[in-house]
Amino acid sequence: MDKPIFQVKGVDVFYGDNHAIKSVNLDIARNEVISLIGPSGCGKSTFIRCLNRMNDTIESARISGEVLLEGEDIYSKEMDVVMLRARVGMVFQKPNPFPKSIYDNVAYGPRIHGLVDTRSDLDDIVKESLQKAGLWEEVKDRLTAIGTSLSGGQQQRLCIARTIAVGPEVILMDEPCSALDPIATAKIEDLIDELREKYAIVIVTHSMQQAARVSQRTAYFHLGEIIEVGDTDQIFTNPKERLTEDYITGRFG
Amino acid sequence: MSLSAYFVINLILALLLYLYGRSRAIAFSSSRKLFATKGYFGLHNLLVAFVPSFLFVLIYTLAEPGMIRYLVQSALPSVLDVEPESFQFIYNELLNVHAEIIPFDASNTTHTLGLAVYVGAINTVSISKMLLFGSIVLIATMYALYRTNPSFNARVHAELMIKWILMLLSMISVITTFGILLSVLFESIRFFGQVSIFDFLFGTQWSPQTAIREDQVGSSGAFGAVPVFGGTLLIALVAMAVAIPFGLFSAIFLSEYAKSSTKDILKPILEILAGIPTVVYGYFAALVIGPFIRELGDNLGWQLTSESALAVGLVMGVMIIPFVSSISSDVISAVPMSLREGSYGCGATKSETIRNVVLPAALPGIIAGVLLAVSRAIGETMIVVMAAGLAANLTFNPLEPVTTVTAQIVTLLVGDQEFDSAKTLAAFALGLVLFVVTLLLNIYALHVVRKYREQYE
Ligand SMILES: Nc1ncnc2c1ncn2[C@@H]1O[C@H](COP(=O)(O)OP(=O)(O)OP(=O)(O)O)[C@@H](O)[C@H]1O
Ligand SMILES: [Mg+2]
Repeated sequence: MDKPIFQVKGVDVFYGDNHAIKSVNLDIARNEVISLIGPSGCGKSTFIRCLNRMNDTIESARISGEVLLEGEDIYSKEMDVVMLRARVGMVFQKPNPFPKSIYDNVAYGPRIHGLVDTRSDLDDIVKESLQKAGLWEEVKDRLTAIGTSLSGGQQQRLCIARTIAVGPEVILMDEPCSALDPIATAKIEDLIDELREKYAIVIVTHSMQQAARVSQRTAYFHLGEIIEVGDTDQIFTNPKERLTEDYITGRFG
Repeated sequence: MSLSAYFVINLILALLLYLYGRSRAIAFSSSRKLFATKGYFGLHNLLVAFVPSFLFVLIYTLAEPGMIRYLVQSALPSVLDVEPESFQFIYNELLNVHAEIIPFDASNTTHTLGLAVYVGAINTVSISKMLLFGSIVLIATMYALYRTNPSFNARVHAELMIKWILMLLSMISVITTFGILLSVLFESIRFFGQVSIFDFLFGTQWSPQTAIREDQVGSSGAFGAVPVFGGTLLIALVAMAVAIPFGLFSAIFLSEYAKSSTKDILKPILEILAGIPTVVYGYFAALVIGPFIRELGDNLGWQLTSESALAVGLVMGVMIIPFVSSISSDVISAVPMSLREGSYGCGATKSETIRNVVLPAALPGIIAGVLLAVSRAIGETMIVVMAAGLAANLTFNPLEPVTTVTAQIVTLLVGDQEFDSAKTLAAFALGLVLFVVTLLLNIYALHVVRKYREQYE
């Protein structure tokens, strides 16, 4: 593996007294899709939210250990959280477009970061992001319509476009398809495959088929620990750990 | 028999029937066919014995004066010569003689014959009250006794009665509200019989002091309410200029920045502001802020009065901060966390997120909070009576004294008044307009709040 983009070293997370993540180590490479699987409550969301410091917004959350982005500790005092989140974008479980127009949703990031000077540059970014998110053809005639008026699958692709528009290096996705039907899911999965060329993608999913379809590597979480990480093919066909095998074969619980 | 005597009799009887129901139920509880516990038999009997007769006494007592008057009015002409117009006068005299406010004059036929009729009417009314009460009680008792048997489902019946009683009680408050509205409406219609509604709503001259005698100067009286509403509006605007920024900013601090422990302390303190009696704010406006503004003016070389729209508006603004802040902080907290996270996820800072995402999403609810505060401000009376003055100036300069709708209503109604002069009736017309305006504001605000809640549920 090349030098990884993310290196997670001995990270622990507590919510009050609840020890949600227990000394987790993980490397994430460029241009790979890595999926995180595991039973509900095992800490997948908590872990993924460590990677862009989204847990800062939770009062009771405490984190220790090192998370290096390109060798830089994102929890160090010098780290600019705003820059971090611009570099590490996030797509959430439930589509959460802002109650603004489709255009303004996508233009949100570029505007606050002052990425463009002219309206036509902004138009270009919006168009490009929507194209990458595979939504352009469906919405190009109604960019002024409110984002929440789209269907669930379209809303989720809008959120992906919104994330892409900021120009991130890594995209975190926390169960991005859990609120979508199979057709919308298939579209998002195709999209993830395309996005892999430019971004590293970390995706949390409950669907093992989805993990198998979109990711090159898979990490299995159990009660706050990573039990096993490896190539997706190997994890699903020939897991080394008993716990992983139980989960994958449905014997878990 | 006095009201309390009826009440005591009623209560004793109800208790007896209650005990009877209980003990009977215990006695036949061996039959195993008990639809209800002994408690329900007791309760059923208690309600049957108490409620109908109690309601009867209550309503009858309220109607008594009217009935007596009606009886006297129909019987009096047979013993005395009474013109229909002078009946009220004679009747008042009879009331006063009977109450021994006016000494009894044996040579006055009005006193002798009239009083006999009056006393007769009182007796008729109170005897029929006793008879009716007795028969209601008798029927209720018989019904209760008849029902106290093992095959009667006392539980269902008692629960049903409880439902009806509660419904009746809740209707009373609704009916009272309508009653108040109707009486204000009725008096206002009388006012508009004397002063045209057009002059009232659009006239710019307000001097309600009509002369009592024809020959007095300035007897005309002018009822153009525009300066009065203008004063209310001006003060409300000043109050909003204080309450909106302070209320909104403290709401943002409370729901976005404050730690939950800080919030737990600060929020109640802020809400205490809403619990301070308005008369205390009135002192503050009249004795501290007003003179302060005047002195400030003196130092700047302006001639200012200590009564001004500014002083009142500032204090009123402080008073309604909690209305704005508590509703705003509720709606801000109701904006889903996922929207904020979406914004943070794009690399927005906290204040950018609040400005660009949270506030726009919460705006309708915030507007509703502000509207409720406005309706509170325009209905506020004590502060304006104490500190605004009574000069009906039509001005948009907040340094001048103005008067408000509520302050005018107070002055129009305080002191000795004839209750059908235009001056007095004008108070009701003002009240009606105020009522309609606040009602509309409230309805609209509640509508917005409700729609807003639905949006995120
Ligand atoms: N905001 C929070 N405050 C306190 N505890 C939390 C919070 N979020 C999560 N936890 C706790 O941390 C643990 C891990 O939760 P997390 O949401 O990371 O699980 P998950 O693997 O994402 O589950 P799911 O598959 O159901 O989404 C759980 O025990 C949960 O109760
Ligand atoms: Mg989760």
